[in-house]
Amino acid sequence: MENPQKTEVVLLACGSFNPVTNMHLRLFELAKDHMNATGKYRVIKGIISPVGDAYKKKGLISAHHRVIMAQLATQTSSWVEVDTWESLQKEWVETAKVLRHHQEKLEARGCEQQDSPVLERPGRKRKWAEQRSELSQKKTPEPQRKDVPKVKLLCGADLLESFGVPNLWKHEDIANIVGDYGLVCITRAGNDAQRFIYESDVLWRHQANIHLVNEWITNDISSTKIRRALRRSQSIRYLVPDLVQEYIEKHNLYSAESEERNVGVILAPLQRNTAATNSRTTTA
Amino acid sequence: PDKMKSRIPVVLLACGSFNPITNMHLRLFEVARDHLHQTGTYQVIGGIISPVSDNYRKKDLAAAHHRVAMVRLALQTSDWIRVDPWESEQAQWTETVKVLRFRIELWASAFCSFTFTKASLDDPTELLRYLPQEEGRGQGRAVSPAPAAVPELKLLCGADILKTFQTPNLWKDEHIQEIVEKFGLVCVGRAGHDVKRYISDSPILQRCQHNILLVREPVQNDISATYIRRALAHGQSVKYLLPDAVIAYIKDHNLYSTGS
Repeated sequence: MENPQKTEVVLLACGSFNPVTNMHLRLFELAKDHMNATGKYRVIKGIISPVGDAYKKKGLISAHHRVIMAQLATQTSSWVEVDTWESLQKEWVETAKVLRHHQEKLEARGCEQQDSPVLERPGRKRKWAEQRSELSQKKTPEPQRKDVPKVKLLCGADLLESFGVPNLWKHEDIANIVGDYGLVCITRAGNDAQRFIYESDVLWRHQANIHLVNEWITNDISSTKIRRALRRSQSIRYLVPDLVQEYIEKHNLYSAESEERNVGVILAPLQRNTAATNSRTTTA
Repeated sequence: PDKMKSRIPVVLLACGSFNPITNMHLRLFEVARDHLHQTGTYQVIGGIISPVSDNYRKKDLAAAHHRVAMVRLALQTSDWIRVDPWESEQAQWTETVKVLRFRIELWASAFCSFTFTKASLDDPTELLRYLPQEEGRGQGRAVSPAPAAVPELKLLCGADILKTFQTPNLWKDEHIQEIVEKFGLVCVGRAGHDVKRYISDSPILQRCQHNILLVREPVQNDISATYIRRALAHGQSVKYLLPDAVIAYIKDHNLYSTGS
């Protein structure tokens, strides 16, 4: 049944997950269905990678809590899990580097069964290792080396369009992400994603590597709206998994004060990339 | 909690196919309750979901017992919403107004015959006994202040229902009038629906405007049951659009697959 030609894909979603919502979780489901339906890919795993605290986004609560919420949210998922590597870094890590980290990890596993020297929780690592060995037992009983799965960045149309925001992304990173890894982008049906790709030379060049997935229903469960509802003591039930809601309530995570975090602080990528541009201009 | 004391107790009732129930149906209740509490006038003491019977003869309608079972599963984790199978068990299709009448008459008679004892008035879990019967009800429910009278029963609906009031021959004018005048409407807005216009276009609704509470859903989320059925027929994932327990039930009973 299984087509051996199919490329195995790992979907990586980067973001604040402040908090994770049912919409984030839906992105994975939609992307997996779409990729598998192409007949060319087989999605074997999804990774949620919450950004570290050094990202300095307004209202961003501690990574510790955001990671736990994402873990609670994925408890009932058979294929999506949380990776803490990015969230544990002291400095903000460019998305291109997070992709590279995960691709290298997969390659390390593909060559030898030796652990890659990455910071990770032992529990998570074990789970990953078990899954891998299960997979390899089922699919490749012979020693023949299997192709390493490909990491692709999973995102919403907003991320795609943020490529156009000055200083948010380095040009070479955008080229790296779409050229070497690929994007799976969920867009509202009739959205301008197609036009956006057309109008960008680098995206246009790599369009074969950008998979647009149509979402036919309005599903605007943004974290911003969740936090606003919480500040107003409105119900967020059925918008986030029950366990996440309970966790938020138990630790009283979102309030007027938490929303003031990082106010007036420049977002890490803007800080870094603006500095780089400026130094380049001054040297020039 | 004290500020709830002098408030009018309200029970919200939603009618519909629930084919199947989705997170959006459940959201209607949450959003409506928040809004009613915010008014300072009402205290929502319960919610009722009343799935339509098989005789509604809508296309692709799964058997009522399945739809009721799915609602029940979806409500397992709710401490204030219950399913009422009465309407779904009727041999004939029942007009919404009759569902409301049946429920309110049941409460009224219980109230008159002193079945509503002092104790039952002090303990809303007792009052909820006159809501649809459920096993395991009342366990660990937080006790909130007692209602002073038979609760008001209001029809909870999405903007799409309000729109259907204008569809010729779907509703009887006197029924619309009775629903809005005698019971009251709580209507949750939805993108693409101009609720204010639906009201101004209907003389009856306009006349009874004071009995219509308009609620804004702060988070747009249009999970229709039609979308769910289509995705299921295509073999696509519907996870996170409706409760896991309902998805498991659909799989176990092979509902909504192509050709069913």
